[in-house]
Amino acid sequence: MFESLSDRLSGVFDRLTKQGALSDEDVKTALREVRVALLEADVSLAVARDFVAAVQDKATGQSVTKSITPGQQVVKIVHDELVSVLTGDSDPGKLKIDNAPAPILMVGLQGSGKTTTTAKLAKRLTERDGKRVLMASLDVNRPAAMEQLEILGRQIGVDTLPIVKGEDPVAIAKRAKTQASLGGYDVYMLDTAGRLHIDQELIAQAAAVRDAVNPRETLLVVDGLTGQDAVNVATEFDDKIGVSGVVLTRMDGDGRGGAALSMRKVTGKPIRFVGLGEKMDAIETFEAERIAGRILGM
Amino acid sequence: APRRELDDAMLERLEELLIQSDMGVETALRVTANIAEGRMGRKLSVPEIKDLLAGEISRIMEPVARPMPIYAKTPQVVLVVGVNGSGKTTTIGKLASQFREAGKSVVIAAGDTFRAAAVEQLQIWGDRAGVPVMTAPQGTDPASLAYDAMTKAQADGADLLLIDTAGRLQNRQDLMEELSKIVRVIRKKDPDAPHNTLLVLDATTGQNALSQVEIFRNIADVSGLVMTKLDGTARGGVLVALADRFGLPIHAIGVGEQIDDLAPFDPEEFARALTGAEGELA
Ligand SMILES: Nc1nc2c(ncn2[C@@H]2O[C@H](COP(=O)(O)OP(=O)(O)OP(=O)(O)O)[C@@H](O)[C@H]2O)c(=O)[nH]1
Ligand SMILES: Nc1nc2c(ncn2[C@@H]2O[C@H](COP(=O)(O)OP(=O)(O)OP(=O)(O)O)[C@@H](O)[C@H]2O)c(=O)[nH]1
Ligand SMILES: [K+]
Ligand SMILES: [Mg+2]
Ligand SMILES: [Mg+2]
Repeated sequence: MFESLSDRLSGVFDRLTKQGALSDEDVKTALREVRVALLEADVSLAVARDFVAAVQDKATGQSVTKSITPGQQVVKIVHDELVSVLTGDSDPGKLKIDNAPAPILMVGLQGSGKTTTTAKLAKRLTERDGKRVLMASLDVNRPAAMEQLEILGRQIGVDTLPIVKGEDPVAIAKRAKTQASLGGYDVYMLDTAGRLHIDQELIAQAAAVRDAVNPRETLLVVDGLTGQDAVNVATEFDDKIGVSGVVLTRMDGDGRGGAALSMRKVTGKPIRFVGLGEKMDAIETFEAERIAGRILGM
Repeated sequence: APRRELDDAMLERLEELLIQSDMGVETALRVTANIAEGRMGRKLSVPEIKDLLAGEISRIMEPVARPMPIYAKTPQVVLVVGVNGSGKTTTIGKLASQFREAGKSVVIAAGDTFRAAAVEQLQIWGDRAGVPVMTAPQGTDPASLAYDAMTKAQADGADLLLIDTAGRLQNRQDLMEELSKIVRVIRKKDPDAPHNTLLVLDATTGQNALSQVEIFRNIADVSGLVMTKLDGTARGGVLVALADRFGLPIHAIGVGEQIDDLAPFDPEEFARALTGAEGELA
């Protein structure tokens, strides 16, 4: 549906190379195309703007204007810069779940994929890392949310905290903690109800859960098809609850996934995993190269 | 209010305001160009500029703001489709309640036979709305459930049959084929059905909504849109691009998780929210 950055730039530079040398003005034109490509990939405007400025510096430094394939050169600079931002400065290492029982808190907007991701991760931790995992649903809002997690638990052979109707999320979290300690679990995962980042009451409730269990990891689960709102969501969840990592779901779709860049830039937190389908195995670790190529339509 | 000249810099800022609503670059450019026509160099106040912008957007949206049509034919079959987690099941609960209150007899079919507890979720919505829900065990062919639901709705003389479907990404050909099979089977019972096929879009979705509409429309003859989650900070600007490109009616918007949180689509209110909120321009 949308042109790749290479296509856009080849249009710009094909015209120019015929005229010989490129001017700074030509580079500016190219960068405008970079900006449009990022915006069409759903990178947030503010993030796209900063990103283009950073690329401009690099492009000038590497004298794109003297290159014989300026279009390719710009694409490479953009790609490398994307990879570098998406990767971050330091290796985030493994999930911090060594001290048993380690709580993992899952948060995010309605329908982003928290419950599914909770189960996928639990399965992964069980099978790959040999952890004993307990899952608990703190979702007292959405109809049949607790049953959903319970059914998934049964499917993947991971224990779920027995459902007690009428308990509030903090009480459930505490019960999960107790059960995890007594039951000798390595990890307990807390799936929460979807909430808007501007819903003060529900955000405070998530903060109360956090205070009750001190999660080792708080993962923000975000739909990979998210548009410009990604920055608002990331900022608010990080400010009010504090996130340690991000999971991008629905990356099996044909979206460009520009939200990945926005999330990374705004929170500075690593993107840990990507969801690639509805099945319980459809989760992979985040690969910056792959997402960078996708944002650029490569 | 202080006035300033409508120049290129100002237009660029307006464009950015629109892009931040997910309108997309192309549509944002077109909308700002339209309001600039004949006005370049004129001195305008920020409220005046915003009024112009909102006016232009509601002009584009006016023709697509249409409630879901109700037909004399019964049962009127409403198929609800969309990508995962967009709000299909919740919207069915809300719609069922609205139609019930309007005195219609309604039946719901739990056509998501895939996702864990999808049926239980819909049953709770059916209880809330006071509407019976037809179910089949997890793993049942959704087309055969739809067929049975058609039979029952016809036998019961129901006014409306609302059919929920599993979420599916539009690039998943196998799942899209499953959807077209559901439509084929429904048409065996009534060649005019489904009378409405509603595509449910999540307001936080960016430019992928264009691909969602294009492909779901091709496969399932989408007749109208519902946009959910407009109670958040996402402004749903992609609807403007969609109106521009496809012209499909927008029947309703979701503004919360409660049963009454479904509102008609109001183009003026939408345009004001889109241009207003974070619009420091000057
Ligand atoms: N295609 C695809 N679908 C996914 C992915 N992750 C989750 N889903 C689907 O998205 C829908 C919503 O997932 P849930 O796990 O229920 O989302 P949630 O965040 O728990 O939703 P709430 O609890 O209502 O806020 C379901 O249909 C899932 O099967 C993914 O990576 N790819
Ligand atoms: N804030 C808000 N949340 C909504 C709205 N509509 C639906 N939701 C929530 O979004 C989440 C997903 O809604 P569902 O109705 O389960 O979505 P679905 O499309 O049926 O999902 P799948 O069947 O898994 O594809 C739930 O937590 C709903 O409560 C809305 O208008 N506003
Ligand atoms: K909104
Ligand atoms: Mg959930
Ligand atoms: Mg559903």
